[in-house]
Amino acid sequence: MSTSPTFTLDGREIPFEAGQTVLQAALTADVYIPHLCYHPEFKPHGSCKVCTIKADGRHVSACTWPARHGMVVENATEELDDLRRTLVQMLFAEGNHFCPSCEYSGHCLLQAVGYDLQVETAGFRHFFPVRPVDASHPEVWLDLNRCILCELCVRASDEVDGKHVFGLSGRGAGKHLIVNALSGRLADTDMAATDKAAEVCPVGVILKKKAGFRVPIGERPFDREPVSAQAARYAPRPPARHREED
Amino acid sequence: MATPAPRLKVATTSLAGCFGCHMSFLDIDERLFELLEHIEFDRSPLTDIKTCGACDIGIVEGGVCNAENVHVLREFRSQCRILVAIGACAITGGLPAQRNHLDLADCLREVYQTDPGTPGGRIPNDPELPLPLDKVHPIHEVVRVDYFIPGCPPSADTIWKFFTDVLAGRTPTYPHGLIHYD
Repeated sequence: MSTSPTFTLDGREIPFEAGQTVLQAALTADVYIPHLCYHPEFKPHGSCKVCTIKADGRHVSACTWPARHGMVVENATEELDDLRRTLVQMLFAEGNHFCPSCEYSGHCLLQAVGYDLQVETAGFRHFFPVRPVDASHPEVWLDLNRCILCELCVRASDEVDGKHVFGLSGRGAGKHLIVNALSGRLADTDMAATDKAAEVCPVGVILKKKAGFRVPIGERPFDREPVSAQAARYAPRPPARHREED
Repeated sequence: MATPAPRLKVATTSLAGCFGCHMSFLDIDERLFELLEHIEFDRSPLTDIKTCGACDIGIVEGGVCNAENVHVLREFRSQCRILVAIGACAITGGLPAQRNHLDLADCLREVYQTDPGTPGGRIPNDPELPLPLDKVHPIHEVVRVDYFIPGCPPSADTIWKFFTDVLAGRTPTYPHGLIHYD
């Protein structure tokens, strides 16, 4: 008989190891909880709230909530999916997400989560914010229209690359991604296309030049399978193995 | 013998759109014959009827970029029981909304006056031309919209799924492969 601790997720027993969060344990057990700012190689951030679950009746972020033996978790309920849809709709309304011309379309996690949650419209009034494109760097360009402020690039540049190229500035609706250079231009940082920060953006703000549209429509990652079916690919595992498989 | 159910009246229009959604609609090919057993067209580029009568379903392609678009959209809303936004432009503003971060007067000056290809040009002001709006809007920002068919354009299969769901009395849903924003 197994003695490993478990919690129930929508009635299913999920085993976990000490220190795992609900999202990590669920993904390890191949159960999908919608999420955007979580990345298996980084410390959970808990900012997008798309992974909101009900743990013992409380709304919490699955990516940061520690798994506890005997806990009762609700995930795939209409109430929670409604909340998640609203969050995704707000992200679409507050940025400029023009999917038809975006080279990250079909690779984009925001788009894939939208498909999975059946988000058919942003619903709200679109902000149409004025945000610049920074194409100053020879290898990497930035399209800030798509930024969802998940801070994955900030975390990657700080923790993996040790370069501190990105940061968030401002508060509330004025919060935005900035580049750590006096000029504010990416060309004036030591960013390189091989940096971890150049590969973690879930929505196509940070893109490598001369690589767009290489994968034909129909064969892009989220053309093939919905994000919920690819959940195992995001399961916690050593970074080296993760990169090799991708 | 049971009398056949009356056919639903359908109107379609393209506002600030490219008619790509209408082309995709025609791309349901031979299924059009089956569809025509259940619907008949009122105002539509397919019939060339110019005003919208009382309809069951109104399908609107394109966003709202000028005064005429607002007029047509309001006519559709008042005449159609179910109003449907089809495609990225009707749902998000789409390509025409890419001008929203620019000043409208600057756009007109650039195109008609300062561009080297239009020396001595002037900004068109014929009273028959509808006045452009300051910004381009998705149609749900102007009227209430009942259903959305996303895509640029939505595929023929997606449009077919919409019709088969609605004709069967179901809320339209688009499973993986049929829901696209691009």
